[in-house]
Amino acid sequence: MLDISTWFNDLLAGNVIFTADTLGYYWEGLVTTTQLVFLSLVAGLIIAVPLAIMRSSKHKWISLPVYFFTYVFRGTPLLIQLYIIYYGVVFIDGIQESFLWPVLREAFYPALIAFTLNTAAYTTEIFRGAIKATAKGEIEAARAYGMSQNLMMRRIILPSAFRRALPAYGNEVIFMLHASAIASVVTLMDLTGAARFVYARYYAPFEAFLFVAAIYLCLTFAILFFFRYLEKRLLAHLRPQDA
Amino acid sequence: MIDLQGYGPRLIEGAGVTVQLAVLSLILAIILGLLTASAKMSRNWLLRRTATVYTTLIRGVPDLVLMMLLFFGGQIGVNAISDMLYYNYDIDIYINFNAFAAGVLTIGFIFGAYMGETFRGAFMAVDNGQIEAGKAYGMSNGLVFRRIRFPQMMRHALPGLSNNWMVLLKTTALVSVIGLTDMVRVAAEASRATHEPFTFLLPVAVVYLLIASVSEWIFARLQKHYDIGFGGQ
Repeated sequence: MLDISTWFNDLLAGNVIFTADTLGYYWEGLVTTTQLVFLSLVAGLIIAVPLAIMRSSKHKWISLPVYFFTYVFRGTPLLIQLYIIYYGVVFIDGIQESFLWPVLREAFYPALIAFTLNTAAYTTEIFRGAIKATAKGEIEAARAYGMSQNLMMRRIILPSAFRRALPAYGNEVIFMLHASAIASVVTLMDLTGAARFVYARYYAPFEAFLFVAAIYLCLTFAILFFFRYLEKRLLAHLRPQDA
Repeated sequence: MIDLQGYGPRLIEGAGVTVQLAVLSLILAIILGLLTASAKMSRNWLLRRTATVYTTLIRGVPDLVLMMLLFFGGQIGVNAISDMLYYNYDIDIYINFNAFAAGVLTIGFIFGAYMGETFRGAFMAVDNGQIEAGKAYGMSNGLVFRRIRFPQMMRHALPGLSNNWMVLLKTTALVSVIGLTDMVRVAAEASRATHEPFTFLLPVAVVYLLIASVSEWIFARLQKHYDIGFGGQ
């Protein structure tokens, strides 16, 4: 253990900006960014599935409210949504007396709520497209088997729609990672927040931001390869058959 | 009506900044996109590589980080250049690297990469026989581009272009973070000062939706124009 730390200190020796101290900030930033993105994606996904089913409903009074939600959240900048939730949460009646206040007072949770709603809106539209693209024959076959609407949704439509949605959803995950950079605007110490801190402390924009850009690039590639792998596994039946 | 508490004129000014920024960035992005698409389809190995590196790097890094890099780093870079000019050639100029220029440059630069992909696909969708026919008529390369490739390419590019524009429009909100007074910044300042976030932020959100709706209409008209002769497809 001692060997590693002396090796690490030797590596950083003579480096004014990238000391163990600042690298610690970047590490904390990486943890915050990952938590924010991962949690909002999971929550967004859970919200998006029922919304996508509602959005593809034949009944206008079910699909229209969902359309309104996705239209507003996809049509306005995430920054505005973040501001509205971050500045607006104080004004919910009685929130400051409620047990939720210590949680909501920190910037992390308003940011998480804004990101979740935003990604839910985009994911809903992605899934709706995939649901709409279900082959007619599959639905007819399910009906011919006497499946109920629910069973058909669960066994036939959703599994194949998820697969079809995979490439577009991979893009959405990358988009979310990049969008999460604005969390630094509401004082969160995410990756970009750490870079801004290092920039402000050493007045070294190139070092601070190029380093963080490289981290984002690595994360983007990791997500990209993960989704490529998933597509290869899950969409194997759609690959062109070669000799 | 909503009481904007005297922030009305500044909000309108901010909306003007947003629109100007978006349109100028779009123009830059289209130019860069056309260049990138041509580079990607070129026979020159180096040009193709450069274009690929550009689009990959840009699409792998958050807009905000690129914006801060250019804005905070830009002034230092510009100062270094003017210092160099002064010491070596005795040329004394002072270039002020302002937030608006940084915003246009970064957004244009970012979306140039996305436009490049859109245009590349669209150019490849134009039938090669058409280009050969143009050449057979003795048209120069420029004329082939203006009369044959560009108008037909646009038909395929418009859906992607309109998509990129919508994302670009929303990206302009980020310039408020690097100190440019667009409508988001005015609204955020007003919210903090008056403790009435909804009064200022909701109207700004509505303005974004309005701009998006108007552009959707314009793009539908454009699509109709470029679809002439392909009716019903």
